[in-house]
Amino acid sequence: MSSDLQTRSSELTHLDRLEAESIHIMREVMADAVKPVMLYSVGKDSAVMLHLARKAFYPSPPPFPLLHVDTTWKFQAMYELRDRMARESGMELLVYQNPEAKERGINPFDHGPLHTDMWKTEGLKQALDLHGFDVAFGGARRDEEKSRAKERIFSFRTATHGWDPKKQRPELWNLYNARKAKGESIRVFPISNWTELDIWQYIARENIPIVPLYFAAPRPTVERDGLLLMVDDDRFPLLPGETPVERSVRFRTLGCYPLTGAVESEAKTLSEVIQEMLLTTTSERQGRIIDKDGGDASMEKKKQEGYF
Amino acid sequence: MTDPIYVTDALIAEDIDAYLAQHQQKSLLRFITCGSVDDGKSTLIGRLLYDSKMIFEDQLAALEADSKRVGTQGQEIDFALLVDGLAAEREQGITIDVAYRFFTTEKRKFIVADTPGHEQYTRNMVTGASTADLAVILIDARKGVLTQTRRHSFLAHLIGIKHIVLAVNKMDLVGYDKTVFERILLSYRAFASEIGITHFTAIPISGFKGDNITALSDNTPWFKGPALIEHLENVEIGSTADEAKPFRLPVQWVNRPNLDFRGFSGQIASGTVKPGDAVRILPSGKTTTVDRIVTLDGDLGEAVAGQSVTLTLSDEVDCSRGDVIAAADAPPEAADQFEATLVWMADEAMIAGRAYWLKLATQTVSATVQAPKYEINVNTLDHLAAKTLELNGIGVVEISTDKPIVFEAYSDNRTSPNKVMGGFILIDKLTNATVAAGMLHFSLRRAQNVHWQATDVDRDMRANLKNQRPALLWFTGLSGSGKSTIANLVEKKLHRMNRHSFLLDGDNVRHGLNRDLGFTEADRIENIRRVGEVAKLMTDAGLIVITAFISPFRVERDMVRSMLPEGEFIEVFIDTPLAEAERRDVKGLYKKARAGQLKNFTGIDSPYEAPEAPEIRIDTTAMSPEEAADLIIDRLLG
Repeated sequence: MSSDLQTRSSELTHLDRLEAESIHIMREVMADAVKPVMLYSVGKDSAVMLHLARKAFYPSPPPFPLLHVDTTWKFQAMYELRDRMARESGMELLVYQNPEAKERGINPFDHGPLHTDMWKTEGLKQALDLHGFDVAFGGARRDEEKSRAKERIFSFRTATHGWDPKKQRPELWNLYNARKAKGESIRVFPISNWTELDIWQYIARENIPIVPLYFAAPRPTVERDGLLLMVDDDRFPLLPGETPVERSVRFRTLGCYPLTGAVESEAKTLSEVIQEMLLTTTSERQGRIIDKDGGDASMEKKKQEGYF
Repeated sequence: MTDPIYVTDALIAEDIDAYLAQHQQKSLLRFITCGSVDDGKSTLIGRLLYDSKMIFEDQLAALEADSKRVGTQGQEIDFALLVDGLAAEREQGITIDVAYRFFTTEKRKFIVADTPGHEQYTRNMVTGASTADLAVILIDARKGVLTQTRRHSFLAHLIGIKHIVLAVNKMDLVGYDKTVFERILLSYRAFASEIGITHFTAIPISGFKGDNITALSDNTPWFKGPALIEHLENVEIGSTADEAKPFRLPVQWVNRPNLDFRGFSGQIASGTVKPGDAVRILPSGKTTTVDRIVTLDGDLGEAVAGQSVTLTLSDEVDCSRGDVIAAADAPPEAADQFEATLVWMADEAMIAGRAYWLKLATQTVSATVQAPKYEINVNTLDHLAAKTLELNGIGVVEISTDKPIVFEAYSDNRTSPNKVMGGFILIDKLTNATVAAGMLHFSLRRAQNVHWQATDVDRDMRANLKNQRPALLWFTGLSGSGKSTIANLVEKKLHRMNRHSFLLDGDNVRHGLNRDLGFTEADRIENIRRVGEVAKLMTDAGLIVITAFISPFRVERDMVRSMLPEGEFIEVFIDTPLAEAERRDVKGLYKKARAGQLKNFTGIDSPYEAPEAPEIRIDTTAMSPEEAADLIIDRLLG
């Protein structure tokens, strides 16, 4: 026994309870899963999820690989952090790029919603099928979007990855039913009950590495369709009359750089980012184009098609 | 009338670090809101989110547009649109699932389970209530205590929620009349004490106008508080009560990174633990002490209920997933027969006698449920006689499991419920659906008192003496498919080969052992269970057992398979098409069934579930009974 044991100060805080719940969920998956995988998108939610996995199984490394369903259009800084975190966690990193999307040169500038559909939705299904993963951890949160508020923590998918909101299993207490038939799979969302503020507070408390794009810095940007887009590489086609302008910006959420709007900001530290978030008046998914394609129920529709 | 204190906090702008330090210490309260759309439930939740600044400008703009388009509040903001999530629900204007919402105040973070109010969504409410510390029961001030108020109160009490808030809503529509509020209070109090709710907090509110939500309203000067949020911020949380109970850790996962480390991971269900504490592993009963509490951030000196930890023990004792590490001097019981309350959650009704998976904490066992002692009418609370439980049915049942499980009574009526060690779910073995939630009351007999009698001569020795490997050849197929004929031939051939066998025939068993059973679904299941148990004893005696039963249900055949050691159950599917069996009609039964003289006849008005992967399949249209018997013997002895 070591002498410098930590003792408890007072009752468990909300972060303590959220952490304990997420760890419980991850360990519970290991009871029934044959071949689990953790989807890793390199964003702040993924960063927290990965950190929780390391805590859940310590001193063992997390007993599953990381899977990045790549679109080839992520920010450069995301690829850098991805490779670093895989090294530090001691986990295997699998990167999957939909070969058909690659061959057809599908990109967010020319193909609109097809870009997300082929690289992400189809790419994810292909990757899961290719490796035969039966359980995939995802970093979705219930506070992100209305249809996600009703998502289960263990979400069942048919053999074709479909999601039927009427067939989801009731989740009582902390009991999860992870039994499934051959071919069926489960998406598990261990941070379902975390809010955006919880995520930021936890990143601060645990000192979790995140992509620097979350912090404000001068970056080359153009304004297009009401979004501030960052010119992250030379594949960005400038329209006549468009010139990148250096602005102090940061990102509240990270995806494909041509689809992710920046906000003008001076927040250079975690505290300042949280401060700005608390004082801000728009929601984090507002900078994402994806929720709005296809009208009012677009996220729900995407989920039924197999999007996370 | 939005109270400004929840909209912005001056400290955020002035000193963010001080704000964060303060806000990391917030506790977490989970609560449920019960009531129907008409009671203004969604409006209330929308209001809580709005007043605690959980709605952003872009969402608000969308909300204002939606309110004008499909809202029910004229030109004013319809908060209900914020929370009715799924598209189908928005179109129908009803809430059909459990949705979880989040908001935070200066003191606490809140998770709200938003569940529907109608009777057909009882299961959804029970689901939402299972994780709640508190229930807000909404009443429309114009309508008073209704049947559904009673139902919601009963369900909240059933699931063990200790804090009940009676929110008398729409006070603005009754002119903030004190006498209306007091009349409702009086009638609710009478009802509440009837079902055992000893105390509750009543608050007059308007979710739509915002009265008494964040602060006391000038419209109700006669109400002295607390306002709803104030009450939610100060009520005691269930996990605090759990710490005072004896230590229990259901083991989830054994952590073995290398040969030198063996840790037991799980979330502490109750109590506290320190290195050096004496613990007992259940159900084995072995004792040892806790060596370390291991986390990524370093070893802990103490851990408490609610924390997820990894323990190492001082001795090398057997301990795996499903075991419970408990305080050595106050261990929980283990038993295999219980009384429990069940809430049925599946469209397909409960089948008495059928085996389901029962999951309690980290234990999963096979369990059978008896026909209910009674069903509870959730509106009148009357006890009714019942043979089964349908969707949303609630009843008291006896359950037996195939091996003892470690448990505690769900509710002891004094402290917070033992959710982890007393709450369970039932899972359909075929569809894998979660079909019921249950709360254990007590064991019907202590498993510790029923020891297996260890015998000196064991099953291997008996089989060796007979010079054979015991097995159970389980014939299944339609009536008239040829089961008995082929089974009889197989036994004759085995006998000639000096093998010790026994043929259990369906008709013969029904003349003796099972003559008290009829042909209802439940009786047919019991018929198979008994035959399975007898066959198991006979294989223990070293015999090759042959059975010939229609045994139409896959689940029951799998139940028998799970009773026997791996590889001893050999499913023989006598595959004769229905038309062919009906053409042969050796016993004239099909004719009777077609004439309506026989009920529940397999193939006619009762289904036959063919085996998906039988060990042996016999196509009687392609081979003679002799050939079939030879093939079976080849496969058995080969």
